[in-house]
Amino acid sequence: MSQAKDVLLNPLFEKNPIGLQILGICSALAVTSKLETVIVMSLAVTFVIACSNFSVSLIRQQIPGSIRIIVQITIIATLVIIVDQFLKAYAFSVSKQLSVFVGLIITNCIVLGRAEAFAMKNPPGLSFLDGIGNGLGYSLVLLLVAFFRELLGAGKLLGVTILPTVSDGGWYQPNGLMLLPPSAFFIIGLLIWALRTWKTDQVEMEN
Amino acid sequence: MKLLRNLLDKYRPHFLPGSKYERLYPLYEAADSFIYTPGEVTAGAPHVRDSIDLKRVMITVVIALIPCFFMAMWNTGYQANSAMQFTGGSVEGWRGVLLEALGYTADPNRFLDNLLLGAAWFVPIYLVTNIVGGLWEALFCLVRRHELNEGFLVTGSLFPLICPPTLPLWQVALGISFGVVIGKEIFGGTGKNFLNPALTGRAFLFFAYPAQISGNSVWTAVDGVSGATVLSQAAEGGMQAVMKANSWFDAFVGTIPGSMGETSALACLFGAAVLLFTGIGAWRIMLSGLLGAVALSSLFQLIGSTTNLMFELGPHWHLVIGGFAFGLVFMATDPVSGAMTPEGQWLYGFLIGTMCILIRVINPAFPEGMMLAILFGNVFAPLIDQLVLKFHIKRRLRHVQG
Repeated sequence: MSQAKDVLLNPLFEKNPIGLQILGICSALAVTSKLETVIVMSLAVTFVIACSNFSVSLIRQQIPGSIRIIVQITIIATLVIIVDQFLKAYAFSVSKQLSVFVGLIITNCIVLGRAEAFAMKNPPGLSFLDGIGNGLGYSLVLLLVAFFRELLGAGKLLGVTILPTVSDGGWYQPNGLMLLPPSAFFIIGLLIWALRTWKTDQVEMEN
Repeated sequence: MKLLRNLLDKYRPHFLPGSKYERLYPLYEAADSFIYTPGEVTAGAPHVRDSIDLKRVMITVVIALIPCFFMAMWNTGYQANSAMQFTGGSVEGWRGVLLEALGYTADPNRFLDNLLLGAAWFVPIYLVTNIVGGLWEALFCLVRRHELNEGFLVTGSLFPLICPPTLPLWQVALGISFGVVIGKEIFGGTGKNFLNPALTGRAFLFFAYPAQISGNSVWTAVDGVSGATVLSQAAEGGMQAVMKANSWFDAFVGTIPGSMGETSALACLFGAAVLLFTGIGAWRIMLSGLLGAVALSSLFQLIGSTTNLMFELGPHWHLVIGGFAFGLVFMATDPVSGAMTPEGQWLYGFLIGTMCILIRVINPAFPEGMMLAILFGNVFAPLIDQLVLKFHIKRRLRHVQG
């Protein structure tokens, strides 16, 4: 049981896919200017990782080693297409805002990374939990980044005005840099700095 | 002086390891080495013994900046006084009260009036920069236990000079904080930053609050007065518009509106003379930057264009407007973030000069290119140096093997 708990909760802080492994950065830059898109994106990625981990783990004994990446990618791509179609049907406006980045979940290194590194060696139940855990770790960072970017860049959270901007007659001068993707680099960098100050064993050895 | 030395020596034991204020040693050391020459010098072979140290390098740069400081204050005042004569406005708030007490008459032809008004705008920005930046610097020194050094003296002097006079003070504080923390301290402090901290801070403001600092229009320090910079005049109306609004000589001397310290190419030339004479600034970078800019802008002028009016602007104009002269003399030559190898410096300077013209002429989004060009050059500097070293090693190996 404790193993299940570790697999589920470790990716939040101890082995965060973005914070420690620096994976999945591209979508973290691209979709984090608003909380709304991030919530949908996080759900989509968590779903894809969990299901792909589960499916890969189910047939892990049958997958020939030489073509395993192709098999994994086929499974992941299928799941991503399902997510994409689902979003187009039920959340069209968000799906338009996310544009290609839903399709690009296929190339998100976290998904393939977990399938190859964890699901190929572990039973389906544990793999599923690992997928959920890594999805949550990814979501946590994205939510934090989007929180700061939307709040400082537009004075809003989930579209609700928190800091009234100067152009609407308020006092807050929105920070335009926060609406540009590079600002996510700075915020992720600062988050990693904070994380490694807290958990010093994550600091890399100097070479 | 003896008294001061005695005082410092008396309190020294309290800051040494194992004593009460051990953690505050960097602050003590900073005060000591700011006032006196540092006591730790190299004793003998194999070190070169030279009187030049970090402190002297940095102080020389600050001395070279004096003409720019002067022009920053005089020209800011001159622009505002001229504009006020036109609009009939007056100096408001605490500045008005203070200036009146000093006998200020708002006459753009009076030297002292210009200097006073300019100082009333420049000094607050300078103070905020140095207090906020200095606090960050001191904080990192105390936490990381490294010595507070004179590098910030230069950053703190450069940053206010590349701000427009009307930049809100909270933005000044935010900009220098970003420059010092993200541009320098997180990489380990002076000597380990790969970007110029002052420019990093300005780039942050440039992208965060483009309304105040974009380079399209420029704010004179009078309520509601803004005008196009020479660069955006050129982009919109070509050579004709530039010639109508300014004379080349004005742009050279610096009596045009712009970011405070960078309008005057003449003041930058004085600075360049000091840096070159003392050997602090790399002449290769300045020369190749100049060559790169002249070559590319001449080429553009030769090619010509019917749709992009910036092509008409000749090299003699490019050199005196915007931040080109200031950036090339004081920022591109930054020994930490610039290239170090002699051959690399040629390439690095040339890259900055051509990039600046390329951004100004070809990119319609940014009227001014010097800041981005230098940051671009900074990023490439380690790569350039690496290539030069590799090339040297390869060439010498051939001799050994051949």
